[in-house]
Amino acid sequence: MRRAADAALPYATLVAMTTAIYMVFIFVPTDRFQGIVQRIFYFHVPLAIMTFVAFGTVAAASILFLWRGTRAWDRVAHAAAEIGMLFCTLVLVTGPIWAKPVWGTWWTWDARLTTTLILWLIYAAYLMLRSFSGTTDQGARYAAILGIVGALDIPIINRSVYWWRTIHPAVLVTREGSSGLADARMQATLGLSFLAFFLLFLWLLWVRHENLRLGDEVDALRRQALIHP
Amino acid sequence: MFALIRKDLQIEFRTKETLAALLLLGLLTLVVLSFAFDPTSELRAEAAPGALWVAVIFAGVLGLSRSFLAERDNDCLHGLLLCPVDRGTIYLAKTAANVLFMMAAQAVIVPIFVFFFNLPLSAALGGVVLSLALGILGFASIGTLFAAIAVRTRAREVMLPLLLVPLAVPIFIAGVRVTGRVLAGKPLAEVAEWLNLMLGFDVIFLVVGWLVFEYAVEE
Repeated sequence: MRRAADAALPYATLVAMTTAIYMVFIFVPTDRFQGIVQRIFYFHVPLAIMTFVAFGTVAAASILFLWRGTRAWDRVAHAAAEIGMLFCTLVLVTGPIWAKPVWGTWWTWDARLTTTLILWLIYAAYLMLRSFSGTTDQGARYAAILGIVGALDIPIINRSVYWWRTIHPAVLVTREGSSGLADARMQATLGLSFLAFFLLFLWLLWVRHENLRLGDEVDALRRQALIHP
Repeated sequence: MFALIRKDLQIEFRTKETLAALLLLGLLTLVVLSFAFDPTSELRAEAAPGALWVAVIFAGVLGLSRSFLAERDNDCLHGLLLCPVDRGTIYLAKTAANVLFMMAAQAVIVPIFVFFFNLPLSAALGGVVLSLALGILGFASIGTLFAAIAVRTRAREVMLPLLLVPLAVPIFIAGVRVTGRVLAGKPLAEVAEWLNLMLGFDVIFLVVGWLVFEYAVEE
């Protein structure tokens, strides 16, 4: 499996991503109302979904780590949290770029935007906790607890933010003027973008996991060398 | 479990350190926030619930981090872990003690808050107390869990608020909404969904804390 993942994932990602970029910039027709800026949507939405996939992976791997105590699950959670953080940051960057010309404002306290921002803050704290508690088993358990609590908290945060905004007068009532992807070419582009970012996620997860595993191995070897010089 | 709660309360009654610190910090927050708003404007009444909840957060974070620092300093945590009780029970006792401290501090902070912001207390008292009780229970339920974690990391003073504040966002939004509505003279039925949300938060995270506390204190 290791051999296959090493060989296949980078190439599959490369092909899918190159095709996706071609489709986004050349193949897909420009949106009639939003103009050229709508094309960022094909990156923004898959990134947002992959952010949730990544943080879902963190929670699942955290539960498995606390349950089984296998170090590999801790590495998966660590790697997924870092990638999720990267994707979440990109979502928060691409969103305003789209929102400024379409909504006329960089930011609004819309339910989705606010949830994403708080998600970002929780996982920023997660990575802080990891770096402050070292690479011990204890630190791994702490991170796993936060991974689980954070994932459970997300739906509640979403609910509360949603009610908060619906009770307040909303600045922008309509959202997703672009969700009506009537054109089949648009749907195909979005579908391929999903695939490309999913493969990118898997590949990055794999590479980072291997990287962390090698780091653990080096640590173990160094400790051995100290005991038996 | 009651013995564990009594232990925390007894320590507190003898020193009165945490409670005094909680009170002063809450009071200071209210004073500083009073400067942020024009004392004559209408905005002031609007901002009042927010000010109260910011005071709850600040005082709460301080009290929670103290609750485990005391255990750590004299190595009491080890003694506590050697008790022949379930780790979940220790968690529930610690949470209960923290809730009691925070509620006690609020018993003084709320009248001062009413006094500074010139609010009609009598009609809204029940709603404010209910929202504070639910909010503080939820805040303490995740706070106790993460205080146990933060106390054993480097930079523990900054770690706790970083972990706690984003997770407690639903509590603050719900708390501010409920307090605001109730102070505006609305009936409690209007904010029932917010109270449900807080209750749900409390139940979920008390159960989760009870289940995973074991991993937080394990050596």
